[in-house]
Amino acid sequence: MIGDWLDIGWLEDIPVRGSRVLQVEGGDDIAVFRTGENKVFALRDRCPHKHGRLSQGIVHGGAVACPLHNWRIALATGEALGDDKGCTPTVPVKISGGRVLICRAGTLKAAA
Amino acid sequence: MPPGNPATELDKPMEMQPVMRAEDDAREHLVVIGNGMAGCRAVEEVLARDPGRYRVTIFGAEPRVNYNRIMLSPVLAGEKSFDEIVINTAEWYADNAIELIAGDPVIAIDREARIVTSRAGVATAYDRLLIATGSDPFIIPVPGHDMPGVISFRDMDDVDAMLAAANKGGSAVVIGGGLLGLEAAHGLSLRGMKVTVLHLMPTLMERQLDEAAGWLLKQALEERGQTILTGADTAAITGETHVTGVELKDGTVIPADLVVMAVGIRPSTALAKQAGLAVGRGIQVDDHMVSSDPAILAVGECVEHDGQCYGLVAPLWDMCRALADHLTGAPTGYRGSVTSTKLKVSGIDVFSAGDFSGGPECEDIVLRDASRGIYKRVVVKADRIVGAVLYGDTADGAWYFDLLKKQECVADIRDALIFGQAFAQGGGAADPRAAVAALSEDAEICGCNGVTKEQVVTCIEAGACSLDAVRGTCKASASCGSCTGLVETLLELTLGEAVQAGPKTMCKCTSFGHDDVRREIVAQAMRSIPEVMQKLHWSTPDGCSSCRPALNYYLLCALPGEYVDDQQSRFVNERLHANIQKDGTYSVVPRMWGGLTNPRELRAIADVVEKYDAPMVKVTGGQRLDIFGIKKEDLPAVWADLNAAGMVSGHAYGKALRTVKTCVGSDWCRFGTQDSTGLGVKLERMSWGSWMPHKFKIAVSGCPRNCAEATIKDFGIICVDSGYELHVGGNGGIHLRGTDLLCKVATEQEAMDYCAAFIQLYREEARYLERTAPWIERVGLDYLKSRLIEDAAGREKLRARFLYAKSFSQRDPWAQRAAGTEREHHAPIGRFIPRKEMA
Repeated sequence: MIGDWLDIGWLEDIPVRGSRVLQVEGGDDIAVFRTGENKVFALRDRCPHKHGRLSQGIVHGGAVACPLHNWRIALATGEALGDDKGCTPTVPVKISGGRVLICRAGTLKAAA
Repeated sequence: MPPGNPATELDKPMEMQPVMRAEDDAREHLVVIGNGMAGCRAVEEVLARDPGRYRVTIFGAEPRVNYNRIMLSPVLAGEKSFDEIVINTAEWYADNAIELIAGDPVIAIDREARIVTSRAGVATAYDRLLIATGSDPFIIPVPGHDMPGVISFRDMDDVDAMLAAANKGGSAVVIGGGLLGLEAAHGLSLRGMKVTVLHLMPTLMERQLDEAAGWLLKQALEERGQTILTGADTAAITGETHVTGVELKDGTVIPADLVVMAVGIRPSTALAKQAGLAVGRGIQVDDHMVSSDPAILAVGECVEHDGQCYGLVAPLWDMCRALADHLTGAPTGYRGSVTSTKLKVSGIDVFSAGDFSGGPECEDIVLRDASRGIYKRVVVKADRIVGAVLYGDTADGAWYFDLLKKQECVADIRDALIFGQAFAQGGGAADPRAAVAALSEDAEICGCNGVTKEQVVTCIEAGACSLDAVRGTCKASASCGSCTGLVETLLELTLGEAVQAGPKTMCKCTSFGHDDVRREIVAQAMRSIPEVMQKLHWSTPDGCSSCRPALNYYLLCALPGEYVDDQQSRFVNERLHANIQKDGTYSVVPRMWGGLTNPRELRAIADVVEKYDAPMVKVTGGQRLDIFGIKKEDLPAVWADLNAAGMVSGHAYGKALRTVKTCVGSDWCRFGTQDSTGLGVKLERMSWGSWMPHKFKIAVSGCPRNCAEATIKDFGIICVDSGYELHVGGNGGIHLRGTDLLCKVATEQEAMDYCAAFIQLYREEARYLERTAPWIERVGLDYLKSRLIEDAAGREKLRARFLYAKSFSQRDPWAQRAAGTEREHHAPIGRFIPRKEMA
């Protein structure tokens, strides 16, 4: 029986105000973020601008700043903030018993 | 009015036969269960309205008269004696013919027969019964909670037990960082015990204070010597026959000779429940404080009215009034209370009222004055105050609370609201400018520096026509900055259009500029990014990608060897010690001291290029080799290989010393005047690894032909026959700038010393991301000369500070990562292989 949620690790495995990458074979990486308030979010690890690795950006509030050109992307929606326009696919992710669970179908869709 | 004369008259002849009295007294009998603040107050209210109406009997569980429970804290702290907190003395009971049965609690109510029975077996008939049993301390049922040495903080017996324990000295743990717990901690601390407060929630007194005020309170209590642990979840109380300590769920054990449980109170409803009355969280009563049995009433902390339970005094007084109105035949009704809390916690004034949880449509008006320890927050919704939190200065609490209760529209005074009643209503309330104009000459504008309005205006009239200039001269708003708005208004009022715009703020998260933030970090000895954000009232919870790296650098520079670098506040290149490229791979540049290399290093680089399939190697402008296309996961292995050949990080990715470019100098070149290569290597060995406001490049040319291009470097040396010319502030880049000649020195050692002093001055005074070129244009070459040339002692101190700071930073970050630290920065959290999962 294949679950709808993939268990990818402990919340503590992700640095506060940081992220880790889930590699998906045959697709793009998924960046899993942890905010200062211990909320988790997952996005395709690609900035809508020039495909920078969002996982490598600085996380602040509920956004991440892309390391290439400092676009700010909202973690909850994947939308670029401010004057920039663009959107990165998001993947549902949740915490259960300290474990980080990511939506299987969402992962495949966002990585494709 | 002093109640009860007729009853007193009646009493006298009966004194000898008290048993007869009850039967002979035809008045209705009011029996009160509870001799505390609510029960006695209710009786007082009844007597005040109709002194002769009821015969009154009061049962109390404690063997004493009614005292002010709120004042137990001062008794514990040694500020008051028990006698001083008594509300109703024995004479009061006697004068009003109230029979007090103290130390014998009621244990049963027979509603059918209308009789209450005490623990000692005394049966007393009632016509009206008033339950005022108050509340019980909540005891967390952890192992050991009933061991000797564990007490609550609710009555005088608890205080006596605490005093006895404190006399023996030792340590106390208080579980619960609410009002009661903090009061207990304060008292025990004053009595000489070493106190630790454990609080489950992240901030203290979270029900009365918001996060910011709770944080300030924690700081203040820690300064008073208490240890405060928030987020501390108690697992067990340890000990065999007596408490020895408290164990937390994370395994920490805190030794303790005394444990005070002050985690909260619950309405005391056991008796009412047993009697079959309607009980929810508390005993349910109507607007006249009548329970589900019309003969039984209830007041105080034990009741639930309209779904609300109250733990404060003000609602209790309101309830007692409604109850007495009802009992004396003039019912008015209780409509619930909007509560405010104004109290002193360990000598710190705190006030809160209404709902300050915020939410949609709510606007926060915040004033912080960190230096004076003041925080004020008023929550406004649809032009009405819905909540307020005041910390440190609660003078206006009553005024805000009044506006809140009356639901008055505050639109007209909104802009001046936060400054308090005197300000908002002091002359043209509607316009903050008019309000400032109306302030008296000697009104204090800047509390931190004690600057009056007159002084600020004088300073502006004398030529300070910008905020920065005012801060620089009379110091108004130069500390915590909370009066910045006032000073700006004074500038406008005094100068009109002639006001000069202030310096740019650091970012949108703060109203401060870089220089202000830096100065305050040092002045207030701040130690962490959250502390800076709190004390300088950041407007965002955790900053942004502009201010976080800057704050991290400023703290690192201010606290060498002490500050722990926050990796999440670093731009990716400095976090991964390599340069990110547009495809997400990294480039790696090992250090080549002074541009020198050897076969071993070259072989190691060649091996890395082949082993990790690096698609390109390039010679950089700084005389080094750059290996491109390395994957993030491979970085630690690449570094291990380079380390093995003796190479370390070149910091090509950092706001740090990059390269020291040299020419071959007098060893080989026919024009060379000095050993430029050797000096370059020495300078690089001295300076590598230190973090700086921006990247920093050095070059040493062996003669004025300047083959090392030293005059477009941050620090450039041109060797001449008679010594060394030191040049500063050059760069290539978008705005090419040639260096300025700082001075000429005779020896290599002097050149090194000046270089160290210059770097340190740059580290300490330039703004983050400001290269030396714009910095020098901003402060002027004369300023640099005054610090580095004219002030020899100052120069030496700068040099010493640089050498001290760099002693902590010359550890190769590559070696640490290669050895496995911070692995999470490189390794993926996992790999998802869909088809394998399908199989």
